[in-house]
Amino acid sequence: MNRRNFVKSLGGLGTAALIPDKALAEDPAKPKEFVGILVDTTRCIGCRSCEIACAEAHGFPDPDSDPNVFERERSPSTTQWSVVNRYETRKGEVYAKKQCMHCNQPACAAACLTKAMLKTEEGPVIWREDKCMGCRFCMISCPFDVPKFEYESPVPKIQKCNLCWDRLKEGKEPACVEACPAEAIKFGSRRDLIEMGRAQIAKEPDTYIHQIYGENEAGGGSYLYLSGVPFGQLGFRTDLDNIPYPELSKDYLYAVPVILTLWPAFLLALSNATKKDDERRPYETQNER
Amino acid sequence: MKLKTNGDARASLLIPEVRRFGRFLLSEMKPKGEMLTPFNIFAALVLSVAAVLLTIRFTQGLESTTNLSQDFPWGIWIGFDVITGVAFAGGAYVVTFMVYILRLEKYHPIVRMTVLNGFLAYVFYAGALLFDLGRPWKVVNPIIGNSFGVSSVMFLVAWHFMLYMIAEFIEFSPAIAEWLGWKRIRKVLGGLTLGAVIFGITLSTLHQSGLGALFLMAKNKIHPLWYSEFIPILFFVSSIFAGLSMVIFEGSISQRVFRNQVDPKHHASHDDIVLGLAKVCAGTMYVYFFLKVLVFVHGQHWTHIYTPYGWWFLVEIVGFVLIPVRLFTQAVRFRTLSLIRLAAALTLIGIVLNRLNVSIIAYKWYALDRYIPSWMELEITLAVIVAEIVVLRWIVNRMPILREPPEWAQERPDVIRRTRFLVKEGATEHGR
Repeated sequence: MNRRNFVKSLGGLGTAALIPDKALAEDPAKPKEFVGILVDTTRCIGCRSCEIACAEAHGFPDPDSDPNVFERERSPSTTQWSVVNRYETRKGEVYAKKQCMHCNQPACAAACLTKAMLKTEEGPVIWREDKCMGCRFCMISCPFDVPKFEYESPVPKIQKCNLCWDRLKEGKEPACVEACPAEAIKFGSRRDLIEMGRAQIAKEPDTYIHQIYGENEAGGGSYLYLSGVPFGQLGFRTDLDNIPYPELSKDYLYAVPVILTLWPAFLLALSNATKKDDERRPYETQNER
Repeated sequence: MKLKTNGDARASLLIPEVRRFGRFLLSEMKPKGEMLTPFNIFAALVLSVAAVLLTIRFTQGLESTTNLSQDFPWGIWIGFDVITGVAFAGGAYVVTFMVYILRLEKYHPIVRMTVLNGFLAYVFYAGALLFDLGRPWKVVNPIIGNSFGVSSVMFLVAWHFMLYMIAEFIEFSPAIAEWLGWKRIRKVLGGLTLGAVIFGITLSTLHQSGLGALFLMAKNKIHPLWYSEFIPILFFVSSIFAGLSMVIFEGSISQRVFRNQVDPKHHASHDDIVLGLAKVCAGTMYVYFFLKVLVFVHGQHWTHIYTPYGWWFLVEIVGFVLIPVRLFTQAVRFRTLSLIRLAAALTLIGIVLNRLNVSIIAYKWYALDRYIPSWMELEITLAVIVAEIVVLRWIVNRMPILREPPEWAQERPDVIRRTRFLVKEGATEHGR
């Protein structure tokens, strides 16, 4: 499954023409690769430079500098799109950065009825303020529980990593990648990163477990992880299906036009069949003769 | 000049007519009956507290009034008000199907009340959705905006809510025309009924199931005993008996409360109607139970039964599906109306449990911090129900909902029969 199939599934509902975004209309012949980020958890030193850079890049307050933040597992929040957690494993302390996975076919974007959540052609999944009506269906649907909602605000926003969409458009790398002193976070095309990850595993088969998290989980995404311990020990969900999550409601959506066209016909026929002679209008009885 | 006088003449006819109409409307606006009844005082209290709470909610954000969290983005405003409320409103499409498509005339006396109830349920419960939306001023985006998220089940549900409200309003509108004495308009509106009914049933099939389909992507968050790819079908089938149980339950109340409105003829036939509805309930509930068992067996969920969630599942299935369906069957056989009412009440509780289980209780069943609604969420939910009842009462006391329509609006089968006879005669003559 790739982006083209996703767009095709939208088109299947007969409305591809209604999609207003220039990005989607832009030269379909031009091949594009999703960008992505490869996180090597064996290299992460837990310095949290990426957290600080992220907050700076997106205008959030500086993250809590207290080293005790590692005492409990944190999720990304409305003021922190990316967080680093520490996990005790049999290979010692391992740090893992958590943020939006930027799925290839995101559940949140399929869930969004206003296209506020959008999978861009380039790969990042972005949220658009002017579209969102705050129904929070993206939060229900996201298998990674990434989108966060500002419950404390009368003008709330959904907050989540946008893979530094604005910086990418300026030709820069994401802030976290730039800030990482340990080269634990690499930016590139998703395809290259998977190759790179596989090569790394092949080079040091004893250091890494032989899986790239994010390659297939929930259909795969732009964020890819390497690890020396099973991903379950790093707080990753390992019970997710290896299918794009929009597939789960696709069958239902395909049934909709069928019912929408068949039901009225059946009901009309049934209603005519049950008509008693008395109720027919005079001209009808006349026509019958 | 001539034109002007003509206009003057028309105006001189029109002005008193408009005045008369205005006076009529004003007199109808006035409350009928006593003002300071216990219910009215209770309603006023609940509504004014809700008004204060909603002001706080819209100025301070959702956190100020609800216990929603990042883990539980949907609480009872969605799980109960919308998802359960819409299931309860399912009676409208089932009864209109029975009366206008199958032409079971026996059920005609309850059509208007049921449609009105359904319509108001959608207006108020979909209205309550606005309290829950974080950015309600953007609510028109999926309808008239330029951002159609057609791959979203929510998009379907939103559109269907809106279209179904229009369909229900058309189905109900003859009662308004009769109330206002608009004979010609009544005729036009009456002609639209069948179309609206067919459209309404189609929409209901889709959005009743669609509310279930909302949870399809939450596959790894809902307890396996409640998650299945058949949620949409289960939601649709259960909306049939949920809606009918609501009709039975509501009917037993309104027959008493609006006794002065109810036609004596209808009063006599009401028991028969209730028995008939109970039969349909029993039938669809057996189908639902069978589907539930099928999903359970197919999903190989035996191991989950011996956990607290398994017992809770059994409470829902045995206590509030199997027992009420047995009661319905028993009650139909012995024609015991009180038993039917009990069965209907149990069924309604079962639907509340089922919808809350899917949307809240079994959702993120592994989470340590559970969502428990705040008293303010409950208060506002209560206020929505109270507001609906107040409006319902206002309408029932004014329009021909439970009582017979005015003489002029009644269809006269004898007249139709006679004309048909005449036409037949004419046709034969012509043929000769």
